[in-house]
Parts: sequence; structure tokens; C-alpha cells
Amino acid sequence: MKHLLSTQDLSAADAIRILDTAEEMAAVGEREVKKLPALRGRTVVNLFFEDSTRTRISFEAAAKRLSADVINFAAKGSSVSKGESLKDTAQTLAAIGADAVVIRHWASGAPHRLAATDWIDAAVINAGDGTHEHPTQALLDAFTMRRHWARLHGTESQGTDLSGMRVAIAGDVLHSRVARSNVWLLRTLGADVTLVAPPTLLPIGVEKWPCKVSYNLDETLQAGVDSMMMLRVQGERMNASFFPSTREYSRRWGFDDTRLRALDELGLKDTIIMHPGPMNRGLEISSAAADSPRSTVLDQVRNGVSVRMAALYLLLSGDTRETVPATTQSSKESH
Amino acid sequence: MAENTYLIRGAAILGGDAEDLLIRDGVIAARGNGAATHEAAADATVIEAAGLVALPGMVDIHTHLREPGREDAETVETGTRAAALGGYTAVHAMANSNPVADTAGVVEQVHSLGRDSGWVDVRPVGAVTVGLAGEQLAELGAMADSRARVRVFSDDGICVHDPVLMRRALEYVKAFDGVVAQHAQEPRLTAGAQMNEGAVSAVLGLGGWPAVAEESIIARDVLLAQHVGSRLHVCHVSTAGSVEIIRWAKSRGIDVTAEVTPHHLLLTDELVRSYDPVFKVNPPLRTETDVLALREALADGTIDVIGTDHAPHPSEHKECEWAQAAMGMTGLETALSVVQETMIETGLMGWADFARVTSTVPARIGRLEDQGRPLETGEPANIILVDPAARWTVDPDKMATMGRNSPFKGRELPGAVIATFFKGHPTVLGGKLNVPYRHPETAGAVSGN
Repeated sequence: MKHLLSTQDLSAADAIRILDTAEEMAAVGEREVKKLPALRGRTVVNLFFEDSTRTRISFEAAAKRLSADVINFAAKGSSVSKGESLKDTAQTLAAIGADAVVIRHWASGAPHRLAATDWIDAAVINAGDGTHEHPTQALLDAFTMRRHWARLHGTESQGTDLSGMRVAIAGDVLHSRVARSNVWLLRTLGADVTLVAPPTLLPIGVEKWPCKVSYNLDETLQAGVDSMMMLRVQGERMNASFFPSTREYSRRWGFDDTRLRALDELGLKDTIIMHPGPMNRGLEISSAAADSPRSTVLDQVRNGVSVRMAALYLLLSGDTRETVPATTQSSKESH
Repeated sequence: MAENTYLIRGAAILGGDAEDLLIRDGVIAARGNGAATHEAAADATVIEAAGLVALPGMVDIHTHLREPGREDAETVETGTRAAALGGYTAVHAMANSNPVADTAGVVEQVHSLGRDSGWVDVRPVGAVTVGLAGEQLAELGAMADSRARVRVFSDDGICVHDPVLMRRALEYVKAFDGVVAQHAQEPRLTAGAQMNEGAVSAVLGLGGWPAVAEESIIARDVLLAQHVGSRLHVCHVSTAGSVEIIRWAKSRGIDVTAEVTPHHLLLTDELVRSYDPVFKVNPPLRTETDVLALREALADGTIDVIGTDHAPHPSEHKECEWAQAAMGMTGLETALSVVQETMIETGLMGWADFARVTSTVPARIGRLEDQGRPLETGEPANIILVDPAARWTVDPDKMATMGRNSPFKGRELPGAVIATFFKGHPTVLGGKLNVPYRHPETAGAVSGN
């Protein structure tokens, strides 16, 4: 792998390799000294054209645990807000000697542009682009689900996938890069995905995606769900007539207390509740659901650092793996 | 040898039998057996045209020359050089310049820049509304009566979406035999639109431009044109559904014409997967189904003409994020080749049909009396010679247009323009720019200095 731009073009072997490497990285996070020398002397730039403290600090923690030098470049308060182009910014970062660029951008495809042009030769990691993809979020979600699925089956996570797992993703699919990245990755890993949303918040063309689509959250739960992922819904969508009111949205598509109880009534005792954060408590998820033992919200945050360490490590160190304990990685993929 | 006399030997006229053409003083002096033996042929410059096809000079109903205002993107001079190289002898310059071509003064300026350049006839298009703002009619009559003699009116780039304003414009231009060329795009349905709405936009997370936003406006406009008994031209038709509506309108006798761009005949939204803004255009690239419907419609006459929608942009407007990029593609220097590839090599059309859709009918829509004429004795000598067997690889850096935004970059295409005669004068010879035509009064002014 040279870049990590999307999960759509990620092979199952590469996905499992990243998740397995992330397991090794997670072990580092449990040590007293949470640091590896793997990326010493390498420079990672967090290039953020859109505010996202959570994602940025996660990448920053990941890079620092690998001993990389980290530069945070936020579009606000920089030359970007004075009209500097992406091209000039990229060439500047190249001149500074960036080895990897972690880019968050409001424009779909911006990471692809960095990777496809000759503006910069660094490894590019997509940290969320517009309404397109957010591959490390999907990888950390898959990592969280895989641990849960392996524990249920009494096995180790390493080397496994999500075959047979029933995942429902509910919310604003239309505007969600998290949903897109999850649909492709979960399908690659063998899970059975159902999207649940009001028809106005599903893209035209969704019928060609490798998943089921439902307008009814209760029916989806009744059919059986192992992982229930709620997506953030922005209240301002209401003003654009995507739904009549936040209350109606919450009643029909929110994971409220009634639906939390329904999991018990339906005998779905092992179903986990996921959310990529930040949550709108009381809109797409109730506080009781967010704080219940089923909730993996904080695990997802924790796992995010491990997954991002794995991505940075695999992209930047190629096949020099002596600084990390030997893993069950398959032979190097050709790219 | 006389400077204004040319004997074209053995060109396949409209792709038919090889014949000679004698050009003298801007007109076709003789065609066929009599040409070589004509008294004027003795001192003519002879152009061997065996294997070449002779066609009437192409007329573009839809060109953006950018001048005045965006001379960093294109000028009348560079744009018309590109036009001549592409086989054109006339172009309609769209009104979205800066200042907007919404007064007699601006259209006369563009017209005179075209005359001074001397590569093709430049026919300015007048704006329908003041400043393209869609609020108040521009002085259409003043533009029609000006030296530019405007007959085509368009807010191209922006849809005249107010139905009352569109109705009034259609009615008003009847007074001087004008036509309203509509950019059909319902604005509310396309807020934030970045590409065709469908399977590809769903995956790419780019705002969708639904086909219905084009089709609903066309449906409304053909009904308005029928109601007020006026002439409507639909710019850059891009969807299969639009074709159905126009076919229906024509079957009802509504006076509507329609154009399709070369890029919509060849390219699809699959190319957007690269996020390369060179493929960003308005209306957007559509699906394979649409492409095939557009080809069929052009072949059967539902779509009347080719319009390039040549839209040069400075490189910084394309070397950026998709959402930031300008919409538009260059097209003048590739139009003939793309139409040959998509319509002739597929067997859908012959060269006579090509002449119809690239010359005869666009000239008729724009009311250009001396363009799009038959290649017959006594007719104006606006003629091109095309080598249909040529193959070439598109290299935007070698084009005459200032725009480097060709979506055909790196593609091998058939067909090359070998010569362009504009008013009997070769603006292109041997596939290269020659010298521009000098209008008699311009030449006189020069010699008087």
C-alpha cells in the first residue's frame, strides 16, 4: 500500500493485515511506555481543512506512539484561509519533507487529488473527505466489531474476519462518509450490512451497494442485529426538508430507550451499540443507550489510535518490520 | 499565381465522389469537371486533395471566447485560431463575459474583435437578462439591430428559470426572428450539484445533478414555445429523458432545436471516479445509456446540431479539489474528431449528415446567411478539407486555445482538419494555421495608414 484513500479499493488481505497490525499496536498501548521507535525521524503532517479535534488527536497520538515527528496544519488561521490552493499547500509540505500527509477535507476526493498528482510524493491517509469516505473510522469500527465477534466465538481476533455478523447502520447515510467506508469494508470482511434511514437521507444509487436497505428500524432489529451503529444526524438537515422535525426523526430512526429494551425482549443479548461520535444525545441515540454496557463508543475511540498506528506503520515502514513483534501477516501485497 | 484563387483537386465532396473545386474571390467559381479547365484555374494555387473529404465550414452554435473580462482564459484571437484549426468558419460567442454581453456595445465589441482577428465569423450571443441575473430582460432589440446583428440570445451557464421571464423572452424575440437558447437546469434541484446524480455520485459522495433538473425545464420550455409560437433552442442536451421530450415536442410541430456536445457523445460519469476536475462540466457527464440515446437522437434528427460548449479555463481553476474546480472543457479542436469517432465510425451517420449537424443547421439556427451553404458553384467558399484516415493523440499543450482543460487528453482520435477556407481564404493549410482573412474595409484601413 502506498496510500490509504478509501475502503472500497481495500482488499480483504490488506484490511486484515491492518487489523492484525492494529492488534499488535494495541498491545503497545497497554504497556507502561506506550511508544515504539518505528517511525523515528519520519514526519507526519496532519493537514486539516475541516475542524475535527477527535480525529486529529487520534492521529497525533498514533504518530507520536510510533516516534514520528508530527506537524499539525489546520486550515483555519493558516495561509489556506487566505486563499492558498491545495496544490501550493501540498508542494509546501513536500518541500518541508513530509513523509505522510493525514488529510481531512470538506471536499470529497481531495485526498485522491493529493495522491494522484505530482504535487507531493508522500503517503496520503484519508482522515475523512466530504461525504465520500473515512477509511480509518471504518477500520476502527471493524476492529471493534472483530474483537467482539471473536470473543463471542471464543477465538483470537488475529487473522479473522466478520463472516456472518449482522450489522445495521442507521442515520444520515446520504451525507455520511462513515457509512460509505463501513459498507465497503464490512462487505469485504464478510458481514451482512443493512442501512436504515429515511428515504430522503439515502443516496440515489444506493440500490447498487452491497447491502440491504430498510426504512424501518424496528423491523431491522426484529430480524436480528449483532452490531447496531448509529450515525450522527445534523439538526440543520431538518431545515432542508430531509425530515419534518427532530422529534419525528428520533421517534422513527433514533435508538431510544424503547429500542434499547427491545434488544433484551428480542433476546439479542450480545448486540453492541456503536457510534462514531460526536453523539447527539436524545436525537439519534438516547443517553441510556449511549451509556449502556452494550455501548462501544469509548472502545471505538481507544481502538482508533491502534488502527491509525497500524495504518501509519504499514504505509511508512513498508516491509521493514523488525521493530514490531512478528505477526501472522501474509506475504507482501504487490501494489 | 493569383492570391485569391485555389484549385482543390479530387476531394470527396461530402464524402461522395472525388471532384475538383475552384475557389476565386471568396466564392466557389466552379465544381467538378469544369473547375480545372476554368479560365481562372490557370493561375490558381493547386491543393491536391485526394483522399480528403470536402465539407462546408463548421459553425459552432455554442462557444465561450471569454473576452472581454477573462483574457487569462481565452481571447477572441486565441479562441478563433482554435476554431479555424478545428474546421470552423463561424462561432457563436456566448454572452457570459465580463461585462456580460447584454448591451449593443458589448456585442459590437466582440463582433469587431472577431472581424479584426479574421479567423472565423464571430457571432455574439446576447444575454437574455441583464447581467445574466434572471430578473429583467436585456435590450434584446438593441442587440439585434446592432452591427453584430444578434439573433441568438442565451443566459448560458445560468438557466432562465423564471417561467414568466422565459415566456416573455420567447415572445419578444419573434419581433426580429431571434431564438432563445436555454441552458436547461432547474436551480433548486441542482443546488450544490457536482456531477450526474446516480450510482457513481452515490459512491463518490459528490452532490448530484439529477437528469430531471434538465428534463423538467425542457418540458416547460417546449410548452411555452408552443404557446407563444416562438423558436426555442436547447443547449447541450445531456440525458436520454431530454431526448424523449424533444422528440415528442417535434412530433407536435413545436419549433424547437437542440444541440449536443461532443463530450456528451463520448464520455460518461465513470470518469469522475478519478476526481480529476478536467471531467467536471455543466451539464455533467452522464451514463452510457444517455450517451447512446444522444447518439441515436443526433442520427435521427431529434437533436439538430453539435455545439462544442468550448469552455477554456486557466489551469489553476482545474488543478484543485473537484468541488473547487470550474466547470467546462475545451472542444473546438477536438469536435470533428470526436463526432467522427462516435457518429461516423459507428456507422450512425455519413459525412453529408455531419455537414448537416455541424454546419447547415447551426447556421440556420443562428441566421447566418453565408455559412452552412452547399458546396456549389456561386456559393460562398467556406470549406474545410478533412483527412478521415488520420489518427492523432490529443495533446492539450499543442492546442491553439489557451485552455489546457481537454477531457480527451491522451486519447487517440480519428480525423484531421487539413485545410479551412474562410470566405475563400485559407486560414488553415497543411493542418497548420495560415494567415487570417482580412476584411476589405480592415485591409483598406491598414493600407491607408
